[in-house]
Amino acid sequence: MSRVRVLVGTRKGAFVMTADGRRDRWTIDGPLFGGWEVLHVKGSPADPDRIYASQHTGWFGQVVQRSDDGGRTWAPVGNRFVYEGEIGNHRWYDGTPRPWQFRRVWHFEPSATDPDVVYAGAEDAAIFRTVDGGATWEELPALRRHATSAEWQPGAGGLCLHTIVIDPADADRMLVAISAAGVFRTSDGGRSWQASNAGLLSDGIPNPDAEAGHCVHRLAMHPSRPDVVFMQKHWDVMRSDDGGRSWREVSGNLPSDFGFPIDVHAHEPDTVYVVPIRSDSEHYPPDGKLRVYRSRTGGDEWEALMNGLPQQHCYVNVLREAMAVDALDDCGIYFGTTGGQVFVSPDGGDHWLTIAEHLPPVLSVEVQTLP
Amino acid sequence: MIRVVLPAHLRALAQVGSEIEVDVPAPVTPGAILDAIEQRFPVLEGTIRDHVTRERRALVRFFACETDLSHEPLDAPVPAAVAAGLEPFLIIGAMAGG
Repeated sequence: MSRVRVLVGTRKGAFVMTADGRRDRWTIDGPLFGGWEVLHVKGSPADPDRIYASQHTGWFGQVVQRSDDGGRTWAPVGNRFVYEGEIGNHRWYDGTPRPWQFRRVWHFEPSATDPDVVYAGAEDAAIFRTVDGGATWEELPALRRHATSAEWQPGAGGLCLHTIVIDPADADRMLVAISAAGVFRTSDGGRSWQASNAGLLSDGIPNPDAEAGHCVHRLAMHPSRPDVVFMQKHWDVMRSDDGGRSWREVSGNLPSDFGFPIDVHAHEPDTVYVVPIRSDSEHYPPDGKLRVYRSRTGGDEWEALMNGLPQQHCYVNVLREAMAVDALDDCGIYFGTTGGQVFVSPDGGDHWLTIAEHLPPVLSVEVQTLP
Repeated sequence: MIRVVLPAHLRALAQVGSEIEVDVPAPVTPGAILDAIEQRFPVLEGTIRDHVTRERRALVRFFACETDLSHEPLDAPVPAAVAAGLEPFLIIGAMAGG
């Protein structure tokens, strides 16, 4: 029977959670790297035993951990993330110019075909790549030199590149998302980038439909249909049918279109999940009821999923990196909360089970489907 | 040999006990001690001082002989008792965060 391995990054360490295909009994190992903020843990599609973890504290900076045995043992690899060439400035919160400074890695995106190749999304916003399993990292500097980059401004979490989506049919085609700069796309492996924000409207910036400056929270794509991309923006749930060149709103009947994560069902490209929260100033679910919303129509029409989720006095948030789906026949949906809960639905969202509670605030959730 | 005490997180990273010893040629300075630490434990590169600027990370402090050396130049001599191996050079995670 197939198995699943859930990789959870929290504010105070990482956890590895395993179960068989029924997904009703869980073994939880951790905390790994206790006391460190673990922003993201992700396995290689090419070799599921190869896993990368981003470990950070404000005191001692960035560490990258790598496991070659499915998370049983770990070893630090390279942590030298240095911007290429002239550093330049972006905007600080107060509008003044501020030189780019590496702070931490928010996201790892391993190659689909080579376990030694991984992209890293960094704060301050930049994309790095390793081709030697994390020993060394090299920036793809064209993104940071985009014509709009001097105007990029940090969101509340920092000027972070938090999402990297690689076209499974053509690894040179990628989308990245930056808070608060927006989406950028490349079709030449990162040698050049185009702003990819047409159709976005953001009231929080001087020009609501500016080429860049939008606070995009997350992108999701089904691998069978790379031109269809879903977005959870600061406000608004959006959809692109042309690989990110243009966007239209699909928030429809959601109770709030503010949120952080968004993901797509493993076998149904038009089935999409979001977790609405009240607003930019109230980062918790409406009415104290934790509800995932599912659209089976690629957006616009949404249904609340709540069976097994807390339906009173619940004031947690689900962060952008904290939702994932497995690839079992009955697609499993997973998410973690800032209240330290990790939930799974083994049936596409109809019923939810608690895998863990009382963990530190959950920063990221990934899942691996294993033979 | 120069005695160095690392903070708990860096001990775990370097897989060492509370105190390490490093061989530092004279003149013994904080910068030379850090060079020796990073040479012996490459995993600590970037955790005590910045990879590029080589400056101390903001929330790392250097103490020795009941003195805060954090704001001394990295090429200033350490106290004689540290250079003689009698007292440790303390690398501390600053009290911050409540």
